[in-house]
Amino acid sequence: MSTPDLTVDDHPAPGVTPTPTEPGGPGSAEPPRRKANAPRRPGQGRAGKILLGLLAWFVGLLFVSPLLWMLLTSLHAETDASTNPPSYFAPLTLESFVNFFGGGNGANPWPFLINSAVAAIVSTLIVLVLSTMAAYSLAIRRIERWSDVLFFLLSTKMLPMVAGLLPVYLVAKSFGILDTWLLLIIIYSAMNMPIAVWMMRSFLAEVPVEVLEAAELDGARLPRVFLQILLPLTAPGLAATALICFIFSWNELLFATVLTSTAASTAPVFLTSFVTSQGLFLSQVCAASLIISVPVLVAGIAAQDKLVQGLSMGAVK
Amino acid sequence: MKHLITGRRAAWAAIGMVGALALSGCGGAGGSSAGDGGDEVNVLMVNNPQMQDLQKLTADHFTKETGIKVNYTVLPENEVRAKIGQEFAAQAGNYDVASMSNYEIPTYAKNKWLTPMDEGVVDAEGFDQDDILAPMAESMTVDDQVYGEPFYGEGSFLMYRTDIFDKAGVEMPENPTWDEVAKLAAKVDGAEKGTKGICLRGLPGWGEMFAPLTTVVNTFGGTWFDEDWNAQVDSKEFKEATNFYVDLIKDHGESGAPQAGYTECLTNLQQGKVAMWYDSTAATGTLEADDSPVKGKIGYVAAPVKETESSSWLYTWAWGIQAAGKNQDAAKQFVAWASSKDYEETVAEELGWQHVPAGKRTSTYENPEYQNAAKPFYQQTEDAINSADPVSPGVQPRPTLGVQFVTIPEFADLATGISEDVSSAIAGRTSADAALKKGQKEAEKVGDKYKK
Repeated sequence: MSTPDLTVDDHPAPGVTPTPTEPGGPGSAEPPRRKANAPRRPGQGRAGKILLGLLAWFVGLLFVSPLLWMLLTSLHAETDASTNPPSYFAPLTLESFVNFFGGGNGANPWPFLINSAVAAIVSTLIVLVLSTMAAYSLAIRRIERWSDVLFFLLSTKMLPMVAGLLPVYLVAKSFGILDTWLLLIIIYSAMNMPIAVWMMRSFLAEVPVEVLEAAELDGARLPRVFLQILLPLTAPGLAATALICFIFSWNELLFATVLTSTAASTAPVFLTSFVTSQGLFLSQVCAASLIISVPVLVAGIAAQDKLVQGLSMGAVK
Repeated sequence: MKHLITGRRAAWAAIGMVGALALSGCGGAGGSSAGDGGDEVNVLMVNNPQMQDLQKLTADHFTKETGIKVNYTVLPENEVRAKIGQEFAAQAGNYDVASMSNYEIPTYAKNKWLTPMDEGVVDAEGFDQDDILAPMAESMTVDDQVYGEPFYGEGSFLMYRTDIFDKAGVEMPENPTWDEVAKLAAKVDGAEKGTKGICLRGLPGWGEMFAPLTTVVNTFGGTWFDEDWNAQVDSKEFKEATNFYVDLIKDHGESGAPQAGYTECLTNLQQGKVAMWYDSTAATGTLEADDSPVKGKIGYVAAPVKETESSSWLYTWAWGIQAAGKNQDAAKQFVAWASSKDYEETVAEELGWQHVPAGKRTSTYENPEYQNAAKPFYQQTEDAINSADPVSPGVQPRPTLGVQFVTIPEFADLATGISEDVSSAIAGRTSADAALKKGQKEAEKVGDKYKK
């Protein structure tokens, strides 16, 4: 960034600066710019480092604060949770968590969690398999008009989800698959496919063609190239894609509310059932939200290393 | 070529995977599929405290007695309305029973989306249909057939702080007129520091502002539509009522009125920020609860009137049985249980009388134990509901059922749209007359659809 500046400084126009001073020294016309620039560079100087650290902490806390607030609220009794101004130091209780697991109104959360898990995991697996194969044909052995295909995939995301809701409902009804895992899996797979193909395409595009050619020269056929060369090389990308698909499916509410009823209803739908217009529910909802977020958090933490690699590998370059 | 083949193989593998899933059935982890012995009934309902009690008591009472398993889906009010609308309109048959109000039931019944309850519920042993408060039963009867049974119900009345009234040296008549209420509001406004005269809903919404406001329109002699579906929104009476309502709020109403709905007014009265409140009889549960700061300090009188004898509204959360539901018999047994006297007694025994889903049966109000538990308000509540007339709530004949609403599906959007402008009028950004002039055009469009 500062390289051009340096070149300018080292070769001042003749006659403009009467005394050749050291770059950055006082009196020269150009150096102050560099001087002003220097402290802005990250990691330079102790004070800068501390300042940056503090800033990072501040931003971090800012982003975690809603979660912490949720945790605190969920540990309060219902009446303490709803006071305004908030009662921070009210006695803590696990009541809301006990209620969530069936102590309260007798509703059992497990079927909902299981349904969510099945829909999210199976649809993620399907999406991973299909999107990797699609991405291969779009990034490595490119089909004709591959960019049109990519655009087409993207265009399927342009229709607002809600606009497709009624047709999907009616079609599902006539196939008799309303309120089943199958329907949720199909919807979530379709919903995540375009994103996954785009992500996987950018990851596969990173793989040097030479590596693949070498493998093929050695006699490896496509399945083997796929399994032994491509997948290990793009593992971080796969992890990132999987996690994103999983999160999207796990958290999806709109379609789940409409398309499921008693048998295949998912955790987010269960979560909304705590909201009532005629009573207190804040603590309950916070407890439920926390529990329902746990699987996503666990998946995120488990895939953290790969995720950071994966997310920076595809998108930025 | 080689690639083509493997590609195809992979595609088949993927198809196989999906197919296997389809074959494995994957019904979901929730309710069990049919054929495991014993009946089931799927119930979709709003998440109100009375429904939570019902959920708690079902397994140990209903299921134990009948062997019928009940699968509940509970959702917040707006979501449940949307889902019920979609489920019943498509006759999807996923749910057998749903909680719906007397706003939906007549329309749904006319569309043949509901199973009549005359056989199996009305004639069920010990159900006693004649015990259901007459206006409530009437509001869910279409072509002489019963399509809904109330779970609990409400009317509207005027609530006021007796201590503030005493201090201000004014008295509340038992059957006040709106003019008297306006004068009283002026007198008690500011009687205590920070206390306004009256709370009236200003929050937009057909079920928010237009619940109380339509009853004011009714008693001022106005109506949404005349008998022949001519829109009457900019009629003299409708305008007079709306201007009265808006001016009363502006002059002596709660602060933040354009955003104040049921919940906000409830809090206002509880926290001493208003001296009067005209609203639902269901508020008594919170106002007279043991931890309420105003317990015992509230007086209850009939809904204020002008041209009519009474002006209470009529609202109920009731059960409707989906015509396409797969478990009709079990559904009827469920409704006959949940709306029964026995269920009320079960609640009283297990949870206490204040939890009883009241407002639907005469016998509840004749029960000395309930009278004792609900002393300050039980008579006024019963009178309010009994005084409501869903067939003819105003001075002129109406085209369809409903007190504080018109039972057509278009009403929700129509009234919500107009209420937004009336709310603006309360905020001072427009006038009530302008809001109604605009609303008249919308109402005409709706009315024209129904003209023969």
